Amino acid sequence: MGEEEGLHQTQFLDTMFVRGLKRKCFDGEEDIEGTLAGIKAIPSYNLQRQSLLDMSLVKLQLCHMLVEPNLCRSVLIANTVRQIQEEMTQDGTWQMINTQSTGQASLDRLVSTDILCRSSRDQAEGKHVPAYGTFNKDFESDQAQDSSETMSTAPSVQAPRNLQSNAWEMENPQENKGNFQKSLDQIFETLENKSPNSVEDLFSEVDNSYYDLDTMLTGMMSNTKMGHCDSLETFSTPTNTASNSNCKSDLNDLDHIVEILVES
Amino acid sequence: MGWKMRKQTGAGGGNDIQWCFSQVKGAVDDDVAEADIISTVEFNHSGELLATGDKGGRVVIFQQEQENKTQSHSRGEYNVYSTFQSHEPEFDYLKSLEIEEKINKIRWLPQKNAAQFLLSTNDKTIKLWKISERDKRPEGYNLKEEDGRYRDPTTVTTLRVPVFRPMDLMVEASPRRIFANAHTYHINSISINSDYETYLSADDLRINLWHLEITDRSFNIVDIKPANMEELTEVITAAEFHPNSCSTFVYSSSKGTIRLCDMRASALCDRHSKLFEEPEDPSNRSFFSEIISSISDVKFSHSGRYMMTRDYLSVKIWDLNMENRPVETYQVHEYLRSKLCSLYENDCIFDKFECCWNGSDSIVMTGSYNNFFRMFDRNSKRDITLEASRENNKPRTVLKPRKVCASGKRKKDEISVDSLDFNKKILHTAWHPKENIIAVATTNNLYIFQDKMN
Repeated sequence: MGEEEGLHQTQFLDTMFVRGLKRKCFDGEEDIEGTLAGIKAIPSYNLQRQSLLDMSLVKLQLCHMLVEPNLCRSVLIANTVRQIQEEMTQDGTWQMINTQSTGQASLDRLVSTDILCRSSRDQAEGKHVPAYGTFNKDFESDQAQDSSETMSTAPSVQAPRNLQSNAWEMENPQENKGNFQKSLDQIFETLENKSPNSVEDLFSEVDNSYYDLDTMLTGMMSNTKMGHCDSLETFSTPTNTASNSNCKSDLNDLDHIVEILVES
Repeated sequence: MGWKMRKQTGAGGGNDIQWCFSQVKGAVDDDVAEADIISTVEFNHSGELLATGDKGGRVVIFQQEQENKTQSHSRGEYNVYSTFQSHEPEFDYLKSLEIEEKINKIRWLPQKNAAQFLLSTNDKTIKLWKISERDKRPEGYNLKEEDGRYRDPTTVTTLRVPVFRPMDLMVEASPRRIFANAHTYHINSISINSDYETYLSADDLRINLWHLEITDRSFNIVDIKPANMEELTEVITAAEFHPNSCSTFVYSSSKGTIRLCDMRASALCDRHSKLFEEPEDPSNRSFFSEIISSISDVKFSHSGRYMMTRDYLSVKIWDLNMENRPVETYQVHEYLRSKLCSLYENDCIFDKFECCWNGSDSIVMTGSYNNFFRMFDRNSKRDITLEASRENNKPRTVLKPRKVCASGKRKKDEISVDSLDFNKKILHTAWHPKENIIAVATTNNLYIFQDKMN
């Protein structure tokens, strides 16, 4: 039955990416209803693009951790990430706050949180996903306080943590983009200059929970029957029950914050 | 080209090749040892020898038995001729990285004398191996006993001339040249020039030219490494020398382009003579367009007039005289186009499939998933999907064509896309240069099929 669900989800993941830039313009109520009703059914284009971005960044991280990264694969994934980033910059979703109506905005955030939840579990387990859009950064700074000791300090991909902790400020999209570009560049630099020091750095802060994620992902990769492509599912498998509950409580905090913000 | 081929051109129904199982090599059990994973397959120029390389750095060479005159309905079987450890795992101390011993490519040299020569390469080092037979040994030394111990000279009372006596055939492999320390990145291709004196080796960013006799020097002929690695967006994926023109070679890229270069133009062939690229189909554009356009293999036809490229979903035939589009395109598994996101997720989208020509350049073959492999007849425009599986392993059993159901109602005997096993991939295939004998490598087994002889 898990397989069925997984298959269901990936089918929709696949349909969204089948043809061209068939983007659903976020043009009002009908779309909200569409997404509300079928939150598990047909996710919005933006959400799909976001999850693809998540996936790609994890892949880049993972291949950076391997003994000898496959350069062709890294380049192709990095190009995909750049492509998404460019598109997101063009259509303005790279921006901090959704400037559309509040109802839509909160839905947007709710939906994104789902993805973030998985990302934050990654972080709790020692995987580090850089902030690159909406309020990922904010979530990160929350998590940073909770699980700083389990954060991997892979120097190759730095989160823009040097940005202001008050994540709700309107962020300069250029800056975001710049930091992100820097992250990509750092990946390639480190790929290029694999000095013993940097390798030590890479592994110095990695704790056991990283290997759990690694095993999970390896397991996912080797178990490649169609319909088992449930990486998102896999991420949500609680290898660390603490992080699970962390996420849930943070979710409530976030709701609270959102409520305050939108002044409801 | 020139020899007549039985049933080569499928001009009509009666001329279609019927493929039969012949042999399977490798372990039977499903538990695959990592070291046994086959990483390359190559026939030699006569087709008598078939070499495989594996992830454990070993090379296994099979030899075809001489045709049995009484058994006219089958060709000689391939049996193990020689096995040797070509490459060992190494450690790069400077970078603190392991260098895999996996054999990426094997290329045979044409036979010049009694011995056979082949080039084998892992990620960093290319080796020239000499495989020679010994079936006689000298006996009757004066100063040595038969077991090699030296005789006491005082016991020697007569002199005799040692003679050669037959012995059990022994096949020895010895490394004659080691071409090392010329590649910073992972070697993906080697190709022997038609002058039979030089060869090229290509890694992700550079291509080097070697002389077979000289190991301490190579010439860099292509370098696409950007000054700033941050600007890297494209890598070299495959390279090959033209079969007839010793100054011409091609290399393919991760962006789906092929560049043809002429070494007479300049020492560093950074400017291509020809650029082969098909314009993108805008209706099929997606985030995965670039990844699936990445070329995993490029092979010249035996005639040298065409070249074939393999990208993730298709095989394309290019006329060397036409750069702006391929002359033929064959869809290998178009039903996967709607599954690209899942295939990206599980990394299958990065699988590098190879492709090959038959001896007369009329049929091309490539692998797919679920242990399926595909053949495309360029003349009849017919294609067939076959499966390499132990279920069909009765000799002279004709293989049943397979069909994948993309969507909708699945007919009997069809297999649906979602039931395909993506762990079972056929990346390496080879076609005998003269006969209708093919070698197909699954993960750890080598299948040999031949056409039905009546």
